[in-house]
Formats: sequence, structure tokens, C-alpha cells
Amino acid sequence: MADDKNVARRQLFAAKVRSLMLRLLIVWFVVSFGFGILLVEPLNEIRLGGYKLGFWFAQQGSIFIFIALIFIFSSVMSRLERDYVDGGKESRK
Amino acid sequence: MSLTLLTYLVVGFTFALYIAIAIATRASSTKDFYVADAGVHPIANGMATAADWMSAASFISMAGLIALSYNGYGGSVFLMGWTGGYVLLALLIAPYLRKYGKYTVPDFIGERYYSDTARVVAVICLILCSVTYVIGQMKGVGVAFSRFLETDYETGLGIGMFIVFFYAVVGGMKGITYTQIAQYVVLITAYTIPAIFISLQLTGNPFPQLGLGSTLAGSDVYLLDKLDMILVDLGFQEYTTTLRGSTLNMMAFTASLMIGTAGLPHVIIRFFTVPSVAAARRSAGWALVFIAILYTTAPAIAAMARLNIVDTMQQSDGQALLVEDRPAWFENWEQTGLLKVEDLNGDGRIEYTADPETNELTKLDNDILVLANPEIAQLPNWVIALVAAGGLAAALSTAAGLLLAISSAISHDLLKSTYMPSISEKAELRASRIAMAAAVLGAGYLGLNPPGFAAGTVALAFGLAASSLFPALLMGIFARGVNREGAVAGMLAGISVTLLYVFQHKGIMFIPGTSFLGGMSPNWFFGIEPNAFGVVGAVVNFVVAFSVSRVSAPPPNEVAELLDFLHEPSAPAPKAPPGASH
Repeated sequence: MADDKNVARRQLFAAKVRSLMLRLLIVWFVVSFGFGILLVEPLNEIRLGGYKLGFWFAQQGSIFIFIALIFIFSSVMSRLERDYVDGGKESRK
Repeated sequence: MSLTLLTYLVVGFTFALYIAIAIATRASSTKDFYVADAGVHPIANGMATAADWMSAASFISMAGLIALSYNGYGGSVFLMGWTGGYVLLALLIAPYLRKYGKYTVPDFIGERYYSDTARVVAVICLILCSVTYVIGQMKGVGVAFSRFLETDYETGLGIGMFIVFFYAVVGGMKGITYTQIAQYVVLITAYTIPAIFISLQLTGNPFPQLGLGSTLAGSDVYLLDKLDMILVDLGFQEYTTTLRGSTLNMMAFTASLMIGTAGLPHVIIRFFTVPSVAAARRSAGWALVFIAILYTTAPAIAAMARLNIVDTMQQSDGQALLVEDRPAWFENWEQTGLLKVEDLNGDGRIEYTADPETNELTKLDNDILVLANPEIAQLPNWVIALVAAGGLAAALSTAAGLLLAISSAISHDLLKSTYMPSISEKAELRASRIAMAAAVLGAGYLGLNPPGFAAGTVALAFGLAASSLFPALLMGIFARGVNREGAVAGMLAGISVTLLYVFQHKGIMFIPGTSFLGGMSPNWFFGIEPNAFGVVGAVVNFVVAFSVSRVSAPPPNEVAELLDFLHEPSAPAPKAPPGASH
């Protein structure tokens, strides 16, 4: 029984990691390939100060968002791992 | 004090610093030599990774590449590609390889694909991409010396080799890590100071990232609008909107640089030096922070320096610059051959236009934008000396990281893991030092006698890493069904397709005249240029690996156990005390 429970917990953990990665990679794709390249022309109609918005994403914005994505990944993963270990302690009680 | 003397002093001081650090942090075990005893703080490793990553090309050439060769917007492929790769590295590669816990990239590939053949193929791919990369760094060292210190190229290269030899052979990864941190500080200071002053002069804003989106000082015209307008007047295309090739080509180029970045062994091994998996993730974030300081400044330098140059070429009355009115910096850089002026129509003025028939600024080298920046902005001599030290720091730090990747592949993967498994720890450490010494000498030799293919080197390294190592690592971590046969066939297919495409358009080994389809864009596959082809090679690699795996024996149980271990939640970092930020 305990083993089944552990397998289920492992699978839940893996599913959470996969969904986190997927969501972050979607943002990664959208801000660079999407906003920076595919949608650059419509976005360039919008201005951010002196920047055309599409150009800004391609040369500045995407980079800032990449940094945020990595730190979000790092902190959510630490939380997931902590929850997993805490959950393991409780199930042994 | 003369500029040359000052430059010698600044560069000499930085070199003395690197040597002192190497002596203080020398390696005493193989674990020290390969991964700095896995004891590097994540922020420190982030800084070292940034220096490892940013090469002479990033420091000296990238701004000019964006502004001149790729006319602004087209250059975004480098900015997004060389930073977006870190997201892939941080999410998909680095934490898992850190968890694996061994010393090299071929180590992982050999064990995951339970095969010495796979390991040796990975070593070959690693050496191909690292050697092409290191040649560019050695040339960068020689060129930086000859431009700033007025030595000849060979002497400059020799001094650079001696410095790298000393700290890489003595210090191994440990020495390299701490010198890279010092080199990061030198290079980022040298890059940002001129940028801050230029931004202040043009827009009144000290942050180049904000200045680029600001109005010009004393007017309400935006800097980028002015640049677009002037360039269009001169017959160029708009700076902020001109594509590089096609949309598809830009996507492929960006993707190739991203996955190439995430597959470059000398970057990946940096993440083996931190204490834990969580530290590897955090460290990748810090690496990108330190890289982004330069990469978000570069497009500002690109646009601002280009504007300064066209402004210099246009006098206030709308006439072109008179030949005799050239500013001092202009004549200085003409002497180096990076700028060249020919008064074709003999009117005593220098017309700068997009049309090669009438353009009289006949040579405007990409490197000018960064190198001449301090003089254009009329900054004091010590800033020029600092730029010299910064360029050298960028080249040396990347060269050292590459040389470590090469030498550990030889001493660890070929000797210890494949051909001489009984070798003792002490003998392996000695072998790794000998391999490092040989790698330095080999790189120096190639820097002195660059082979024909050296011209396209750095771009080629990304194509090779993207098409061979990245897919093998990704499938190794996430695709349980991919077996030995699939991985080896995939790596070989990916790297062959990429090399073939590059060779058929640029010549076999880049020898002119041997390209059998011509370098012309009408023959490009869906309009994708050779430098952007790595992503196609990667797709070929994936398809071949999955197909071959389906028709051959599935991987043994050990592989499933290894993957279970890699994906097992690792022990969490201790909770931060209340009030402390993470």
C-alpha cells in the first residue's frame, strides 16, 4: 500500500513538473518567436516610448522575460520538491 | 601618460590578477580539476558562466554585427538566440546533468546510452564544436593585442597563450572559475562605461536600455525614429524593421542559436561546479542576469554608435563630411584598416550611402562600433585602456572554458572511461594537465595558422552543438525509449546534414571554390541560410534517433533506473530563515 501511494505521489510530482515546464516554455516561445518575430509587424504599431513594441520585444523585452522565467522555474521547483518531501514525512507518520 | 603605456599598465594589472588567482586556487584533485570540487556558490558560478559564455565576438563584434551587417532588427536573432538558450538549459538540461553528478557531457551520453561508441561519438562532436570555437578566441586575443598594444599578432597570441596555459593547467576548473569571475568584472565594466556615457550624451539618460527608447537630448525626436529617417535618406533600409532574409530564416536562426547554446559542453560543465540541483537552476538564472547586462546594452551601443557615425558623415548643412574635416578618431582607425575612405567622385567630401557605386566610406568594420566608442564619445584614455583589457578578458575566459571542455573529454572520457579504466586518480590528474597543455598549444597553433574554415567558425560551432549534442542530451533525459543505436545514428545524421549544408554553400572546409551549390540564396533550403541550419540538423537527429530506436532492441533496465534517479525530486534546499530573501 505504502508503495502504491509513493508511486502515485511520484507521478503527481512528475505531472506538476511537466505542466510547469510546458507553461514556461509556452511563454518563452511567445515572447521571442511570437512577439519578436511572427507578430512583430502588428506589435510595431504600438509604441513603448521611442521603441516600436515588436522591436522592443526582439531586442530587450524577451531577454528580461527569459530571466524571470528561469527564476520562477527555480523557485516553483524548490517549492514542489519541499512539498514532496514534507508529504513523504506525513505519510510515514 | 601615453595611451599605450596606460593600456600596458591596465592590461598588465589584470593579467597579474588572473595569475595570482590561479596560484591561490590551484587544483589538487581530479574533482577540483574537472568541477572545482562542486563547491562554487550559484551567484559566483553565474558570473563565471557569463564570462565563459561571452566571447571576444560578443564583446568586440556583436554590436557592429547587429547595427551594420544585420541592419538593426535583423540582428535580434543573436540577442534572442544567445539568451533564450539559457531558458532551455535551465529547464531541460542543466539540473538533470547536475543531478547525474559526473564530470563531463560525454560521461552522461556514454552511460545513458550504455555504449563506448556513443561516448566516443559525443567526444568527437564536442571536440569539433569546441575547437572551431576556440580558434576564434585565439584570433581575438591576437587581434586585441595588436590593436591596442601595438605588438604584432604573433606576439599577442603568444602572451595570451602563456596566460591561459598558466592558469588553466595549474588551476583546472577551480582556477578557471575564479579567474572568470574577475574577468567578468573587467569585461562588464569595460563594456558598460562607454555605453553609459554615449547614452548620456545622446539622450540624457544614463541607462543605455532606456536611452535607446528615449528622445534625443534637446529635442522631441525619438532616437530610433531619427536613425530610421537618416538611414532611409541615405538609401539604407529602416533600422527597426528590416528582416534578415525571411521570417522563416529569422525563426530558424534564432532557434539554432538557442538550442546550440543549450548544447555547448563548455557552458553545460559550468553547472557541474555548484553544490546541488537547486543551485544549478538558480545559477542559470544568475548567469542570464549577468549576460543580459551586456546583451541589453549591446543593441543600444549598436543604434547609438551607428547614429553617431552617420551624424559624423553628415554636416549640419546637410552636406557630406569634408575629407579634411575628419575627426581625430576617424583618422586613427583608418590607420588600422578598419575604416577606409575613398573620394570616388573627387568632390572633397565623403558620401556615405547604401549604394556601393557611390558609397565613399568603403570600409566600416563591425568591430569599430565597440572599439572606437570611447574616442567617439571623447572619453579619457583610461577608458580606452579598459576596453582593451575587457576585450582580452572576454577572449581569455571563453578560451579557458573551451580548453577545459576539450582536455577533460580527452583525459576523462577517452582515457579513464574508455581506453584506460584502471588509471589511478593521480595519474588521471596528471593526464588532464598534459591534455590541457596540449590543447593550449594546439589552439595556439591553429590561431597562428588558421585553417580555411576559421572564417565561419563560431557560427559553425553552434550549428554542430545544436544538431548533435543537444538532441542527444534532451532525449537522454526525457525519452526513455531512445536506445544506443538511435542515439549514435541520430548524432551522426544530425551533424552530417548540418556540415553538408554548410559545406555545399560555403565550400568544403570553407575552401573557396569548392562549394557545389554556390553560396547564393536562391539555392537555400526554404531560404534558410547555412548559419541558421543547426535546427534542421537537430530535427533530422530527433527523427533518425526515434526511428532507429523503434526497430532495434529497447534500452536495458539500468537506463530506466538512471532516468528514475534523474527525475527523482532532489532534497530541497534548507528553508531560508524568515526575513532573508532567496
